[in-house]
Amino acid sequence: MSPFWLSLKLAFWTTLILVPIGLLIGRLLAYKKFNGKSWVEALVYLPLVLPPTVLGYYLLVSLSPNNAFGAALASLLGTPLVFSFPALVLASIIVNLPFAVQPAQQAFAAIPQDTREAAWVSGLSTWQTFLRIELPQCWLGILCAATLTFAHTLGEFGVVLMVGGNIAGETRTLSIAIYDRVQAFDMQSAGIMTAGLLIFSIAALVIVRIAGMNSHRER
Amino acid sequence: MNDSDTSLCVRLTQTQPIPLDVNLSCGSAELLALTGPSGSGKTTVLRAIAGLHKVANGTITCRNQRWQDDEEKLFLPAQKRRVGLVFQHYALFPHLSVLDNITTAMSHVARKSRVEKAMDWLRLTNMEGLHKQQPHRLSGGQRQRVALARALAREPNVLLLDEPFSAVDQLTREKLYRELAQIRSRLDIPMILVTHDMLEVQQLADSLCLIHHGKTMQSGPVSNVMRKPATARIARLLGHKNLYTGTYSRSGTTGNLTMLGAQIELPPQEAIANGDVSVLIEPSAIIMHRSDKPSHGERENPIVTRVAEAVELGDELSLRLIVEATDDTIAFRVSRHVAMRNNVVAGGQLTVSILSDGIHVMSAT
Repeated sequence: MSPFWLSLKLAFWTTLILVPIGLLIGRLLAYKKFNGKSWVEALVYLPLVLPPTVLGYYLLVSLSPNNAFGAALASLLGTPLVFSFPALVLASIIVNLPFAVQPAQQAFAAIPQDTREAAWVSGLSTWQTFLRIELPQCWLGILCAATLTFAHTLGEFGVVLMVGGNIAGETRTLSIAIYDRVQAFDMQSAGIMTAGLLIFSIAALVIVRIAGMNSHRER
Repeated sequence: MNDSDTSLCVRLTQTQPIPLDVNLSCGSAELLALTGPSGSGKTTVLRAIAGLHKVANGTITCRNQRWQDDEEKLFLPAQKRRVGLVFQHYALFPHLSVLDNITTAMSHVARKSRVEKAMDWLRLTNMEGLHKQQPHRLSGGQRQRVALARALAREPNVLLLDEPFSAVDQLTREKLYRELAQIRSRLDIPMILVTHDMLEVQQLADSLCLIHHGKTMQSGPVSNVMRKPATARIARLLGHKNLYTGTYSRSGTTGNLTMLGAQIELPPQEAIANGDVSVLIEPSAIIMHRSDKPSHGERENPIVTRVAEAVELGDELSLRLIVEATDDTIAFRVSRHVAMRNNVVAGGQLTVSILSDGIHVMSAT
């Protein structure tokens, strides 16, 4: 599989799995008060400040079949997780957690509390309130979370290299292929791939900005 | 009112996070005003009735249904209580049309008749023809009507109104008062109106429950509580101004009150012991003496005052008088033409009398 398709596949799976998780955690952080909430928030937002190589290092160590957890995982799956595509998905889910959680958290927090209470008083269960009152009001936040996650996964480098290595067809994503080509002085191929990533990233940011402006206009 | 015809019965006590000790009951078709200064806990009480807030110790029963009962560890969630709640800022669902806002509260109605019934509720609240609008295109008064229609569409066991008129202008408010008065005549459920506006209370409510620092101070029919507050403190919380201290003594079939430097004869007061008392004077019981016709002597209890302030408020003149003998202040309003005829000007002298039926004597606290 070409690095381009591999990157898209990784971004697709990461987004698909991460957006519901981001919604869940974002809603939790927006509405619930609980002990240790600051710690949970710090953990969720940690990938924003932590160098990806540090995160990659810890993932690599914990997934390695040389320790108890990694060994158990490997025997469960029949094959070690490191240097494989599933390991990449897992790593990029963790790295992208803040990009999915933050827009969701902000979108849920922007819904006035009395609107949700009005739904309960009107007879809607918590689940019905989520589906019929909360989600329709925060779909822009969800779109934003998905776009950011997708774009950011396409460009992720450090953690992918640490956990996945550089295996053609299996873990060599676009950004790693670019690095690979530059190392081989193949500047032309690198240039084409960088231009592709650049255009995609700009497009993603424009989508997020337009969505943000629409949400302001509606209020 | 005995318990059998009391539809809603609420007893709430807690010490944390805000202290509460509230006791109130409200009959079918009765509109009870829950009032008190801001921060007194009135909204908390309303939310506890709605099931949005759990007070530590409480018993809430509504139409023979128990909503909260500590002994049975019972606390019905808001969804199961069937209450209609109009929020202070209306809390309409912003992404739904007016019609969908109403039908959202109608899960108890068969799906195929929801729209038709919702239109009935909109007609009742004078919102006919606006059912396709989105909430953000409506005026404040229209939003309030939609919020009321949504609350009624739930066909609730109790209607709760949380300062529903605080966010609209004066003109709209007057109009909404009239509409609410019309609609409530069709409702056979207890209604609770949270407000701190005493004018609103007097115009809309049948009964009044005054709370302060989370505690019920006094409750009863509006005119009773307003005219006969139990203590000077309650009188002050109700917004009364003319409060004084005096001495009361009973001799045979008459009561004698000494206050504002005058002796006033009253009917004997029940449950008032001889000695120091607090006195409330209704503004309507203050009579000006005409400047061209001097007083007829002691029987009218003339009180000589100086006009400290005379402020024009529309057609009326708001007067603040200082009693010469005691330095107490008397506040009341007279129409401007009466004031003009009697030469009432700031700095001038004015003699007033006080009618004994406008005097309310309270035990000194």
